[in-house]
Amino acid sequence: MPHNIVILGGGTGGTLTANRLRKHYKSAEATITVVDRDREHVYQPGLLFVPFGLTRAEDLIRPRERQLRKGIEFFENDVDHVDIEGKKVFLQDGPTLPYDVLIVATGARIVPEETEGLTDDGWNETMFTFYDAPGATALAKAYEDFDGGRIVVNVVDMPIKCPVAPLEFCFLTDWYFHERGIRDKVEITYVTPLDAAFTKPRAAKALAGLLEEKGVELVTEFNTGEVDGPGGRLVSFDEREVSFDLAVVIPVHSGAEFVAKSAGLGDSLDFVDTDKSTLQSKAAPEVFAIGDAANLPASKAGSVSHFEGEVLVENVVRFLAGEQLDATFDGHANCFIETGFDKALLIDFNYEQEPVEGHYPTKVGLPLLKESRLNHLGKLMFQWFYWHSLLPGRDIPGIKPDMPVGGKHLD
Amino acid sequence: MPTITIAEADVELNDDGFFEVPEQWTEEMVPALALTEGIQELTEDHWTVIRFMRKEYFEKGTGPTVRVLGKTSGVTVKELYKLFPKGPGKVAARMAGIPKPRGCI
Ligand SMILES: Cc1cc2nc3c(=O)[nH]c(=O)nc-3n(C[C@H](O)[C@H](O)[C@H](O)COP(=O)(O)OP(=O)(O)OC[C@H]3O[C@@H](n4cnc5c(N)ncnc54)[C@H](O)[C@@H]3O)c2cc1C
Repeated sequence: MPHNIVILGGGTGGTLTANRLRKHYKSAEATITVVDRDREHVYQPGLLFVPFGLTRAEDLIRPRERQLRKGIEFFENDVDHVDIEGKKVFLQDGPTLPYDVLIVATGARIVPEETEGLTDDGWNETMFTFYDAPGATALAKAYEDFDGGRIVVNVVDMPIKCPVAPLEFCFLTDWYFHERGIRDKVEITYVTPLDAAFTKPRAAKALAGLLEEKGVELVTEFNTGEVDGPGGRLVSFDEREVSFDLAVVIPVHSGAEFVAKSAGLGDSLDFVDTDKSTLQSKAAPEVFAIGDAANLPASKAGSVSHFEGEVLVENVVRFLAGEQLDATFDGHANCFIETGFDKALLIDFNYEQEPVEGHYPTKVGLPLLKESRLNHLGKLMFQWFYWHSLLPGRDIPGIKPDMPVGGKHLD
Repeated sequence: MPTITIAEADVELNDDGFFEVPEQWTEEMVPALALTEGIQELTEDHWTVIRFMRKEYFEKGTGPTVRVLGKTSGVTVKELYKLFPKGPGKVAARMAGIPKPRGCI
């Protein structure tokens, strides 16, 4: 009997895992099934550029099924819940799928409704998000029409996908209004619940420096309790206020709804309780998680899913062979940070090592934690790499999942 | 790391006032800790939160964030800010004798 592998979610992590597994197993050895609720695969990092008219949401979308290798079965359906004990996936409107190994790759979703006022009057009029395609598109129109005033960029709470994206959004806003010749008429404020510009000290310092250089005001330790569209103000739980003419809000994130309906699978935010080294879920040995769906203390980023993929596939293979798991994931993340004016910065880090200066992956590579045009090109090239290398599950010569230390300036 | 005496026992705190050794904490210390946070009167709700924080810490290795507290402790986020006006995440963690909640990445 072939092994029966079911993958929930056909986004970044689900697709690359399915493709890597399909390469590993002949069709007689394993059946691989992917379930996703829709057929449109969005290149999410591209959403950052939509509000500035640098790309359109339509250009970031490709058919989901076409990203899957031959011999992978695809179901378009909503997952209702998983019966962990019975090893079965229940779909909302389709067959029940039994499995030998289940991989949860259903990502993180934005939950704007959880913040008082955010989806009331003014949503998509004076309050926006660029974290999904319709939001980014609506914001593009609003930016085009904006001719001066106060813009606030607000992260409501962590965790969020790509924690550097809101900062990139600030830098690009600065650039965009420069280009339009009205930068002096626009105030930009970055409002974060963190006590600094970023979670990691050395990068936080560099990024705070850049915000200052670009004239972006930084408000820290602001826990947004309410967003008042008609009144144009953010109100924190401790009753501080920041006023705006236009708010760009990164709403709180949760895991998929079905996780809550699958006893024992998730934590209180519906992310899958997952071992941070092996990617095995804590609910059952045959259940694994990858990408934003997992509650690892790592960034929710596509690059992380990519590095996890290799480790995950190795462990699934070991598990099905009855061997001990020992492939270990180190939390490796690698993110370009677009800083405007055709420049970007690169950070590379893992569970233990915060981002530092130096070069990646070796001494002659891309500059780390420093603005450069080369990094900007890297950021733009990532889209090609995403469709043609990351999703198909190719290894990149010279780049291993473990974080490289060779080019880094470590103390 | 600084050692201070709370309710007649020596405890080690880090520079931000969080316990280095959660096992050094006792319930008797809470009224004194509350005063250092500007909380004059301890209510049953304060205790609910403090006990919940400790339980989560020992089960999961980190204290909950405010959002998680609001979803799971039985006290809403708004009420949490009334109980701990200077910020429930950090203040309740200090009063519960656990390290600063790791928050997120
Ligand atoms: C604005 C923005 C900018 C970003 N920039 C970067 C960047 O520069 N670099 C980087 O590395 N990462 C970036 N990211 C993050 C990156 O896109 C994600 O981390 C990555 O896509 C995570 O992959 P995933 O497989 O975990 O989730 P996803 O790719 O989101 O896939 C989850 C899939 O699960 C499906 N699903 C969910 N629930 C159900 C259900 N109940 N039933 C069926 N299907 C379901 C969804 O339809 C979706 O297709 C960015 C994200 C955003 C939003």
